[in-house]
Amino acid sequence: MDRRKSLQTMILGGAAASTGLVFNSCKTETIDEAVAESSAKYFGRTPEELERIEKLNAEELFNAHEIETIAALSVVILPPKEPHGGPLEAGVPELVEFMGKDIPTMAPTLLGGLMWLDHKSNTEYGVEFKSATLEQKKQICDEICWHDTKISMDKQALEIQFFYMMRGLTLTGYYTSKVGIADLGYKGNQPNVWDGVPQEVLDKHGVAYDPEWIAKCVDQSKRGIIAEWDDKGNLLT
Amino acid sequence: MQIKESSEVYDVIIVGSGAGGGMATKQLADAGFNVAVVEAGPYFDPADPKTMTQMKWPYESPRRGAGTDRAFGEWDMSWGDWEVEGEPYTQEEGTNFKWWRSRMLGGRTNHWGRISLRFGPKDFKGKTRDGLGEDWPIGYDDVKPYYDKVDKLIGVFGTNEGLENDPDGFFLPPPKPRLHELFYINGAKKSGIPVIPSRMSMLTKKINKDRGVCFYCGQCSRSCSVYADFSSGSCLIFPAQKSGGKVRIYVNSMVREVTTNEEGKATGVSYISKDDRKEYKLKARVVVLAASACSSARILLNSKSKQHPNGLGNSSDHVGKYLHDSTGASAAGFIPGLMNRDTSYNEDGVGGMHVYSPWWGDNSKLDFPRGYHIEVWGGMGQPNYGFGWDANAFNEFFGTKVGGYGDTLRDDVKKYYGAVVGFGGRGEGIALKENYCEIDPTTVDKFGIPVLKFNYQWSDYEKNQAKHMQDTFEELIHNMGGHQIWGGKPGKESDYGLHAPGEIIHEVGTTRMGDDPKTSVTNKFNQLHDVDNVFIVDAGPFVSQADKNCTWTILALSWRASDYIIEQLKAQNI
Repeated sequence: MDRRKSLQTMILGGAAASTGLVFNSCKTETIDEAVAESSAKYFGRTPEELERIEKLNAEELFNAHEIETIAALSVVILPPKEPHGGPLEAGVPELVEFMGKDIPTMAPTLLGGLMWLDHKSNTEYGVEFKSATLEQKKQICDEICWHDTKISMDKQALEIQFFYMMRGLTLTGYYTSKVGIADLGYKGNQPNVWDGVPQEVLDKHGVAYDPEWIAKCVDQSKRGIIAEWDDKGNLLT
Repeated sequence: MQIKESSEVYDVIIVGSGAGGGMATKQLADAGFNVAVVEAGPYFDPADPKTMTQMKWPYESPRRGAGTDRAFGEWDMSWGDWEVEGEPYTQEEGTNFKWWRSRMLGGRTNHWGRISLRFGPKDFKGKTRDGLGEDWPIGYDDVKPYYDKVDKLIGVFGTNEGLENDPDGFFLPPPKPRLHELFYINGAKKSGIPVIPSRMSMLTKKINKDRGVCFYCGQCSRSCSVYADFSSGSCLIFPAQKSGGKVRIYVNSMVREVTTNEEGKATGVSYISKDDRKEYKLKARVVVLAASACSSARILLNSKSKQHPNGLGNSSDHVGKYLHDSTGASAAGFIPGLMNRDTSYNEDGVGGMHVYSPWWGDNSKLDFPRGYHIEVWGGMGQPNYGFGWDANAFNEFFGTKVGGYGDTLRDDVKKYYGAVVGFGGRGEGIALKENYCEIDPTTVDKFGIPVLKFNYQWSDYEKNQAKHMQDTFEELIHNMGGHQIWGGKPGKESDYGLHAPGEIIHEVGTTRMGDDPKTSVTNKFNQLHDVDNVFIVDAGPFVSQADKNCTWTILALSWRASDYIIEQLKAQNI
């Protein structure tokens, strides 16, 4: 993402500019310059936090084969679909690698599970999991993708725990990515002016605003006018 | 190693830069005094793009927002959480108190929930009501003028409802409820539980020329870069500097003790610079402690001298006693009526709830004293690490299988997105002398300063209150046509889900105020009984917590104490 551009959008965005979200030009420049200076990978980290991330990035948890196996499994779990791609476009293998190092207790399950996958695939089909046919991969997954929800996960077989973890990482990795957020349709994380639930949504869910309640709520056309009250706390502006 | 002493004598040294310290800084600097603010953490400005997390996307981080480095998720604007590297605290065996510290300018005000509730008239007179704890030496009428001023200076949205114990104020207009909040309102109505617009310190409307107006990103916990929410740095300390005040900020400066002279009066503070690990001394006519209830108690207890052998201000032996946090219990429900959401609109809203339930109960019919309010959450929020993990867990409520894989998971995620409503009960625990923090002489932090040891256990009052919360949540979820999640309703074996003390991060009471120097640490102006030029303006002087959040009262009392300090300095009484 072009962060510089996004901040400019935030500052100059139509909705914001027209409704009293006022920035003076001097401030815009200051923010822009500082953003240009800051490293793209900084995302608000403290120096200590950044150092830890760099340290984790320098470590290797999975070898190339294991990463390929993770990628192969992730696209079985969540097949790519137009127009919003799938786990690979979402960076799922990279997330699995990072989290396995960031939360080290996850690593044994992931490493052990990958070994289990290949062992199972070799035993059944004489081929490593990543090279098995889609049908073969699905047959392996079918055995481990359901679990008894009454039993806590840490009491279940390793391969069940592994699949549960990989499915979780795949889904969370996808839906926290640019393509996944587009697939979900999330419209937030941008400046806007909240003025209530659209009427058709209220209708769809069978609820309505109480006019008395709404009368007390903010009149967004006056949001840029400085608040003044009478002595009793009644808003005058 | 020689302690480095500055020759400058400040009028006032303020230790800590959160709500209490920020307000004292603003008032004392505006009054023309020469002020030094001593903060244990680094400088922080919510507008600095280098440290800013507001408007970040999860995919900008390799861990997608996970809470590995920051307990409330990696976008949360708190440097430090339950643990601060090199700064431990200890527990009495069999007890568990959790202590959140934010080491940064502005402290915890950078990430707090902005729920800004006044205490009501009953909240200052707990003992009169039910015989428990102690009454405050002041009442609502003493504080009201300051609440009014805080409302106008800082800005808080809400509505005047004319409720007896949830007083009216000078409110900005609230935002409209979100969809799940309408479900909550309807559900609560069925049980006769009141719901009103929430009262939070975000600017839904312009309040002055220096601060922006809320643009509804829902990320107040990340600290607002246009200063549209209340943080102590952006709303109090920076404005104090900007209006020409003499404010010198010492950051990365960990105060060890308040120094005193032969007469036992305070002369300033000594602190360790985190930059060079050397000890320094600053001098002032008045010392104001605002380091947080527990940190200020720690400083006092560590300030031992010939004149104050039991620690500064501790002739009563009450410093550290009566530590109490809000009670808290939580629940969440899956609400089928909220399934299959229309994602065509942005409902981030303000950071947190648009509606809440103030306490409604009648204690004469209940098995616990005092009350609690209900906070509500839900909606179509920004996905972060963990989102979609159990994509179809709610299938169990329809008798269909949970788990699997394939394209249908996409449908599951969308079907259930925004269909959860959660509740947080936040109530009043009783202040007990048996719950306290003290110095642990066996343990020091990495600056060589003896640390705090906590000893805190909930009584049956709080456990019974948590049970009532859980019964209420169950009823609300039922009323909303939902199913309780998170493993169902917690029972007696887990104290009804009552959070460990400290976890609600409203700890107060360690230096309580009172008229009797034998049973209190400060007088009603937050001034130490023992030493007239030392004041405490964090939540330490709270006699009781109320079922409100403490920040608005910290701000009001800090302003009130500051007015008193100004008066006393001008009269040359201190």
